Amino acid sequence: MPGPVQMTTNGHAAANGRPNGAAAKPLHNPLGLLAELTHRCPLGCPYCSNPLEMDKREDELDTATWARVFREAAGLGVLQVHLSGGEPASRRDLVDIMTAARSAGLYTNLITSGVGVTDKRLNDLADAGLDHVQISIQDAEPKSADRIAGYEGAYARKRALAAAVVALKLPLTANIVIHRANIERVDDLVAMALDMGASRVEIAHVQYYGWALTNRAALMPTREQVERAVGRIEPLRKEHHGRIVIDAVVPDYYARYPKPCVGGWGRRSLNVTPAGRVLPCHAAESIPGLAFWNVKDYSLRDIWERNPAFNAFRGTDFLPEPCQSCERRDVDFGGCRCQAFALTGDARATDPVCHLSPHHHVVEERAAAREDAEYVYRRL
Amino acid sequence: MNTPAAAPSITPESRPRLPRGVRLAHNEAQGGWVLLAPERVFKADQIAAEVVKRCTGEATFAAIVDDLATTFGAPRERVAADVTALLQGLADKRLLEL
Repeated sequence: MPGPVQMTTNGHAAANGRPNGAAAKPLHNPLGLLAELTHRCPLGCPYCSNPLEMDKREDELDTATWARVFREAAGLGVLQVHLSGGEPASRRDLVDIMTAARSAGLYTNLITSGVGVTDKRLNDLADAGLDHVQISIQDAEPKSADRIAGYEGAYARKRALAAAVVALKLPLTANIVIHRANIERVDDLVAMALDMGASRVEIAHVQYYGWALTNRAALMPTREQVERAVGRIEPLRKEHHGRIVIDAVVPDYYARYPKPCVGGWGRRSLNVTPAGRVLPCHAAESIPGLAFWNVKDYSLRDIWERNPAFNAFRGTDFLPEPCQSCERRDVDFGGCRCQAFALTGDARATDPVCHLSPHHHVVEERAAAREDAEYVYRRL
Repeated sequence: MNTPAAAPSITPESRPRLPRGVRLAHNEAQGGWVLLAPERVFKADQIAAEVVKRCTGEATFAAIVDDLATTFGAPRERVAADVTALLQGLADKRLLEL
């Protein structure tokens, strides 16, 4: 009897080469939608994936528009919605938004900093059918965690919310972004996730987009640190098998091959920004010359099928050599378009993370440019 | 530490059920049955879906195997082995409570 085949719905995770047991069948319908409800957030994490140029509060979509987007998403085949931001709890209508997603038949993930979700809010969300909560946590040591978040007392508030989530018997994921300041503590971080009662933990090496690109030199670990951290994952998985699922997001500056970013451009997932622009991934607007359509003007299906920006890098025809004749062409699709642009100035180029890229030396140079600088905290 | 215990092994008396946050759903656009779980989706074939549908927390493992063997006219031993492998795999991934 064949078992179920795993697919990932979270572009973020799928983007980063989470090792799946089995390959997914190619699908032409998106599986996951990242709903960035707001760019407002009390924390200032220096690796935030939000763009430097953020959407303003007065431009945010209203409740009814989000409800329509969720119905259209379900009609397109989307199975899961990730309610994210910014901090989604900065929206006063979060419970109504979640309820609308659930009514549309979507599986609802709340992706929160843990700051700003009151017990009453959480109870209301649970009562209305919230499926899963993911809390970001910056380190296993409270002082370091608060320094990274740029928010005094954040760690304690996150732990308190985690306890409330577990008390309601909601499944909990701890999301931990790894970089130079905490990379030596992978074992402690997994132990912390277990102590929180999480059934799943994401150990995610920083991906250098948005604010993380600005703070790259301050965040970048050494190759030796990365190898030690990566080497801990399998032993930890064995040790905690059946207790907690450990998903690892690989550090691509030290990788040999690039990640199949968001499972392929416009292939499995989409993002809606707070103001309603629809993107193939959260960094897509960093590529110049692409016009992203807005849900205020078009249906989600129109955008998915007809927006030229979604078709710009679909498939692999646009890829140059060495990708075209590479046996991994249909595995990683030449890697990430945003990274190709950020590091080579050409969004069609082979992702320079790949050791076969003629620009690979750029990645090596940037990885070597480490500096103990002050963080530039993410602020609206 | 409130560290959870590792997933127990399945026994004939186990009453498997989906925990909160794991749901079986049918979706036309994705071509059939899917098991929805935190940040992941598992495509379930028809048989896997028939097994998971029976994991209500009411029926014992033994009763589920009897039911499937009868419904599909398959040898009980083979059904038991297949269902054990499927359900233990789900439990180890925290997708099923035993």
